[in-house]
Amino acid sequence: MHLANYLGYLHRAEINLAEGFRKVGDSHAEEVDVYHTCNTLSKQCEAHADKLQPFVERYGEEKPEEPENLYHELFDETRSGGLGLLRDMQDLYLMANACDISWTMIGQASQGARDRELLEVVNACENQTAAQIKWLKTRMKQAAPQTLLVAS
Amino acid sequence: MRENGELVEASWDEAMGRVVERSKEVLEEKGPLAFGFYTTGQLFLEEYYTLGVIGKAGLGTPHMDGNTRLCTATAAEALKQTFGTDGQPGSYADVDHADTICLYGHNVAETQAVLWMRMLDRLEGPNPPKLVVVDPRPTPAARRADVHLQVKNGTNMALMNGLLHEIIANRWYDEGYVAAHTLGFEDLRTTVEEYPPEKLAAICEVPENQIREAARIIGESERLLSTVLQGFYQSHQATAASCQVNNIHLIRGMIGKPGCGVLQMNGQPTAQNTRECGANGDMPAFRNWDNVEHIQELAELWNVERMKIPHWSSPTHAMQIWRYAEQGSIQLLWISATNPAVSLPELPRIREILEKEDLFVVVQDIFLTETARYADVVLPAATWGEKTGTFTNADRTVHLSEKAVDPPGETKSDLDIFLDYARRMDFRDKDGGPLIKWYNPESCFEAWKECSQGRPCDYTGLSYDKLRGSSGVQWPCNDEHPDGTERLYADGSFNTETDYCETYGRDLLTGAESTEVEHRALNTAGWAFLLAAEYQPPHEEPDEEYPFSYTTGRTIYHFHTRTKTARAPQLQSAAPDAWVELSPADAESLGVGEGDVVRVESPRGRLEAKARISGIKEGVVFAPFHYGYFDSDGPPRAANELTITEWDPASKQPLYRVGAVRVTRISDSGGMPAPAPTTTASAPSSGVSVPGTAAGGDAEVEEIVGKE
Repeated sequence: MHLANYLGYLHRAEINLAEGFRKVGDSHAEEVDVYHTCNTLSKQCEAHADKLQPFVERYGEEKPEEPENLYHELFDETRSGGLGLLRDMQDLYLMANACDISWTMIGQASQGARDRELLEVVNACENQTAAQIKWLKTRMKQAAPQTLLVAS
Repeated sequence: MRENGELVEASWDEAMGRVVERSKEVLEEKGPLAFGFYTTGQLFLEEYYTLGVIGKAGLGTPHMDGNTRLCTATAAEALKQTFGTDGQPGSYADVDHADTICLYGHNVAETQAVLWMRMLDRLEGPNPPKLVVVDPRPTPAARRADVHLQVKNGTNMALMNGLLHEIIANRWYDEGYVAAHTLGFEDLRTTVEEYPPEKLAAICEVPENQIREAARIIGESERLLSTVLQGFYQSHQATAASCQVNNIHLIRGMIGKPGCGVLQMNGQPTAQNTRECGANGDMPAFRNWDNVEHIQELAELWNVERMKIPHWSSPTHAMQIWRYAEQGSIQLLWISATNPAVSLPELPRIREILEKEDLFVVVQDIFLTETARYADVVLPAATWGEKTGTFTNADRTVHLSEKAVDPPGETKSDLDIFLDYARRMDFRDKDGGPLIKWYNPESCFEAWKECSQGRPCDYTGLSYDKLRGSSGVQWPCNDEHPDGTERLYADGSFNTETDYCETYGRDLLTGAESTEVEHRALNTAGWAFLLAAEYQPPHEEPDEEYPFSYTTGRTIYHFHTRTKTARAPQLQSAAPDAWVELSPADAESLGVGEGDVVRVESPRGRLEAKARISGIKEGVVFAPFHYGYFDSDGPPRAANELTITEWDPASKQPLYRVGAVRVTRISDSGGMPAPAPTTTASAPSSGVSVPGTAAGGDAEVEEIVGKE
């Protein structure tokens, strides 16, 4: 049974995404909407990780390395400026999508296992992850023409 | 025009020549995205529409907004999110029919005095309505209220969830209406379950029994009128909280019937037109920027290529326009009829932006405002009474305002200035004809009618002749409704059809936009959305260093930044200078007496003013936002020196009602009380003796009724 592996992956990925949101928000604090929204979403990711904790314990904990590798690759160094903001948000977009598909996988497994409690957590959190992705896309779409065409 | 650092007089040819020359340079070097337009809620419909077409189809910039972003953006956003498009459901006439009136963050006696008179007629007459007021200050309306919920700043969302909790738990809602006309009730019910009165009493710092009593009055009413204004719109979770007012009406089935209205109010006289005409962050006639068919309609109407009209994301909101100017990617900023050097948040930052070398600033106004002093070119504009045009108020009533006197000197109407710019820039349609095909207010109104056809704000049944001699007609006015429409949504059918709506929806927490596909999947069939949201604490809360909560607002004697009202001697003498309000308990702990001078500081700036000890909520400091520097060279006194650069994620309206400050006493009163009016929410608290505000001989009028 590999559910523990995926739970460990998602648990770690949410913790890392929380850290990523916080770091990107801090690096671009002059974009005040980015700063505040990143902080809000960082807390949301932490709450996701907390909600997963009992299931990590229930199914045993495995710690795949991929979320750590992904975190280091994406967030060890954040950038500055308009183009930097787009690239940093793109990194958040990648990590949030890694979480999103993991929620889907765990949702599938929770149905197969008839684990209602886990399914409830998945239902509550996967919508929030989807909204995080939607926000990143909305904000990046807004910024792209100005950044790519006009900003120096 | 600015020459060698000084503003000097110039002819129209010279001034417009300079604007056009710089426009062409910027267009050549950086393209249309380097242009920003920041307008107002105080021009006429025809002027906004012309400006909108110049920006969107002449230059092709998405960076157009108004100071309406500061006053009415949340009204528009809450209406769009709940009902599918902008458009006020109710009517002022609902005041005459209501059995209960709720004022949410709306100091109506000072912001809309005529509307308050209409309410007073009811309150003083037979069968007066019940009155519920949500406000941290003891406003004139709050003093008349059956229940005054003196909430802590920034907690509106918790309060609204609590009221909805009580209405649902006591089954005061209309199950039939909810089932037939709304989407999202289950989500709303589960969300508000977490907000029982005892919990939110602690969050909002309001007694539990008052919350229960307010909810009972609302829940047992039969004809409920709700109005909402800046106490909600400029506060934390603005759109989310304002949507909950809509939700109360929807779940009670109280919409579209006499006395049952929502009035999401406007802060300025023609803010409604800014929203309708696309001179703010919207497309004309409530079209959806994300709906290709809607943009195609505009392209055909204006005879331009669809690609010319920026519609790749939602039009840029004001705070982002200023951010782009700060970063240097907007290089020409054209400001009309507004005074951002006093009215925007965090003024030290705004002054720095206006001073930037690489930003060409055009200011078009009736007086040399604080902002005009930073301009490269100042265009002197006429005011209402000196020009003709239409304006539409918050309940959709369209009026014709005819020119009464000639404008002074060489002043031109805003319409003529915009038309002159379009001519000089030689904006063309795709067949080489002039882009702007109208030449005066009436011909522009006819063009606008065509633009509005088939949309919620349909003007096609109106004409200048029809408006002349009437006291206004409420849109939509068309073949189907030749006499206008008193209330929207009487049949419970809303503007949420995917092909018709103005927005595909937003997440209230982040502002994330939904797509057409997602919207279509909801299969709305004209149902309204019951949008739910959790309460989140404000981002900046009082702490040890800055222990007070800061809020700004208005007084009846002044409008906006006093550009006009400071020049009316009677108004000026009633409220001649800035002040700050403190509660008696806070004043005592600070050792501050009435009229003592205090310094108020936030992490962003400071002001100095005399203190008024008033009935304001303990822990809250208030400053009126009107006072700038055109008639004062004393210490900083503008309330916005202190405010925070932050905005609501959905409506993008700046948050003037949250923030933390500290207060220090700097000198005694010298025997003079604060210059705050005593007739308003600024009245001194009981036990503080201050001479009353009097109109004086200048304001006396004699009315002779009947023939002499």
